[in-house]
Amino acid sequence: MKSLRLLRRSFEHGVHPAHHKNQTENLPIQRVPFGKDYIMPLGQHIGVPSKAVVEAGERVRRGQVIAEPGGFVSAALHSPVTGTIREVGNFRGVDGRFAPAIAIEADAYSTQQVEPDPAMDWQSLSLEDFIAAVQMAGIVGMGGAAFPSHVKLSVPEGVTIRHLLVNGAECEPYLTNDHRLMLERPEALLEGAEIMRQKLGAQDTIIGIEANKPDAIDIVNRHINPDQPVRVVPLKVKYPQGAEKMMIKSVFGKEVPAGQLPRDVEVNVNNVGTIVAIADYFLRGMPLIERVVTVAGPGVTYPANLIVPLGTPVRDVVRFCGGLKGGTREIIMGGPMMGRPIASLDVPVLKGCSGVLVFTEEQTARRKEYPCIRCGRCLEACPYFLNPSRFARLARARMFDEMKAYHVFDCVECGCCTFACPSDIPIVQLIRTAKDDLTHRKEPDA
Amino acid sequence: MKKKDPELLLFHAPLLRQGMTTPRAMRDVIYALLPATGAALWFFGLSAILVIGACIAGAIAAEVLFASRENRGESLHDATGVLTGLLLGLTLPPGLPMWMAFLGGFVAISLGKVIWGGLGHNLFNPALLGRAFLLATFPIAMTSWVTGGNGEFFNVYPSNLALPFMQSNIDGVTAATPLGLMKFDQEVTPLADLAFGKTTGSLGETSGLLLLLGGIYLWLRRDLDWRIPVSILLTVAIFSGCLSLVDAERFPSPLFSVFSGGLMLGAIYMATDPVTSPVTPRGAWIFGIGVGVLVMLIRVFGGLPEGVMYAILLMNAATPLIDRYTQPRVFGRKAKSQ
Repeated sequence: MKSLRLLRRSFEHGVHPAHHKNQTENLPIQRVPFGKDYIMPLGQHIGVPSKAVVEAGERVRRGQVIAEPGGFVSAALHSPVTGTIREVGNFRGVDGRFAPAIAIEADAYSTQQVEPDPAMDWQSLSLEDFIAAVQMAGIVGMGGAAFPSHVKLSVPEGVTIRHLLVNGAECEPYLTNDHRLMLERPEALLEGAEIMRQKLGAQDTIIGIEANKPDAIDIVNRHINPDQPVRVVPLKVKYPQGAEKMMIKSVFGKEVPAGQLPRDVEVNVNNVGTIVAIADYFLRGMPLIERVVTVAGPGVTYPANLIVPLGTPVRDVVRFCGGLKGGTREIIMGGPMMGRPIASLDVPVLKGCSGVLVFTEEQTARRKEYPCIRCGRCLEACPYFLNPSRFARLARARMFDEMKAYHVFDCVECGCCTFACPSDIPIVQLIRTAKDDLTHRKEPDA
Repeated sequence: MKKKDPELLLFHAPLLRQGMTTPRAMRDVIYALLPATGAALWFFGLSAILVIGACIAGAIAAEVLFASRENRGESLHDATGVLTGLLLGLTLPPGLPMWMAFLGGFVAISLGKVIWGGLGHNLFNPALLGRAFLLATFPIAMTSWVTGGNGEFFNVYPSNLALPFMQSNIDGVTAATPLGLMKFDQEVTPLADLAFGKTTGSLGETSGLLLLLGGIYLWLRRDLDWRIPVSILLTVAIFSGCLSLVDAERFPSPLFSVFSGGLMLGAIYMATDPVTSPVTPRGAWIFGIGVGVLVMLIRVFGGLPEGVMYAILLMNAATPLIDRYTQPRVFGRKAKSQ
């Protein structure tokens, strides 16, 4: 009865896109064979780019540090393969811009097997050493934002964390990588969660999973060690259930005040993939050099869930999946609601890349835009209770300062408004433009 | 040689859409109005087609005439011109000369919509603005009601075919509407006649039940903010319930108030026009209650038997203000931060 009550528990507003998860949800995770070329951009997380510590021609071992954190909000990078550094220079990134990256050529005919580092005695590590270790392991939020995880662990004095919330919502359509990870590696998930919980000093661990993954809820529940304070909370299937502030609202009924962080309501939220990466590092000595990626969408021949070494070009991933079908129009890195389009197949898979989704004509057809008829569907969709239609109107008039006054920076760009708009106004895209202008413009000299 | 990569588009996420489009929402309203339009045909015969057709023709003429050259015909795709014409036609007396109806449709679109900047920019409901124009310009023709023909399909009122400016009075049998009867003669029309539409009145306002049916369809399709009709009808019912408790002789019962006149048509199809009603949920309640109170004030204390049109137009004018003060509390912020 209790779980039934929890099933209904959710945040307000939001939207219900079709899941499209059946394409890959029953496909076990496979490993992509190693290829030849790997590109590791130095800025693949939020914050300061990493600093390369290798030079062209240098030999690197799989898992060896090739770039150190460039600051506190930054993480280390490791070579995804054993091979030779081809170049440290500028390469095209996801957005098409040139950015510093390290190109590695993998050893031909290598099995790419390396002796892993021994497991760490994480229990005896001090909190500071633990945080430093997480940073050096290169672990960042793997749900898509790629925010360095150790920053979230460093709680200022006086703030306590009472709950560790593990985000297994996976509310983006098409994506099933977290789902598969929970099904196939529940032990690693629970081990990683326990490490995090003890280091944070949290009272309990709560694993939030959307109710459309009953098998995952079941399997994780069955693996829970009854001596540990862990429970699974099924959540209503609604987008964006996996947005951390929405999930906190769903699970605890608390709103994180605007401009503040989950820790301000004594919660620490981490994605399933991140938690597994923690377990892999501290128990198996493997830093973040690969991740699970869902390859799906109507334009891919054989959809799959794959373990992909970081830095693998999307071209190799797609080739492994039987290549692109005819009529491919757009490839999105991440989910279809918040992901980023890629300009070229040579773009590498990054730490925050949860999916490679291939779309065809149907999803990318330019729809005719109609004037806003003030129907209010975007207001009913916005989980932050903002007024998206007003933002769109103000953005078109370039009245960005007014938008700031209406809290445009509270917007997390979940895209619910654009999804719901019957007039096909690119609302969230206009909001991004405005935010970009507000963040980057220089005030003219007086 | 390796295959050439496909040219990749860079449209920004979200790529998925809910599927509802503005023209579809507009067409849904037209479909919802079809039963009531059919009833108009049943009760008033071919006259209904003539009047409604003239309105739609006038509306489309204005759409085409005032469109920019490159957009000519474009604005017809969103179906709002047809919808405005249809809505206006349903509010007109069956015996109205066709040229007046045409003029009404023309004014509804030109002064009601185009002059404001087109779809989505108008402050007032275009159909009601057209009707207000007709009422001010042709007061006699607009208040001469004929009794329904009861299934005589080929019935055409001679006044429908009057030439422009040749004849302003409507001849034939004229009768008072149920509200007029109530207000001036204290005569109550049976509720069954009101609900099914066997009464005198505008083309589309006579059949309350069919209008309600269309409203339920729109609600199921999520094209309609249910708060607005519910709050209007409840307000009117409660208001008139209180009055009839005071003096049952002079004031009608709540059910009579709800089913008589243009209230059903106005509450479900006019007041809910998204462009001219508030977007916020709280605003919708305020708007609906405002319309309901104004309707009753005009009906009971005003000089006119019916007040739905003016009530909605007045609340249209208040919509921007209502929106401004009813913005919801932003997630994670205190209530008073807007």
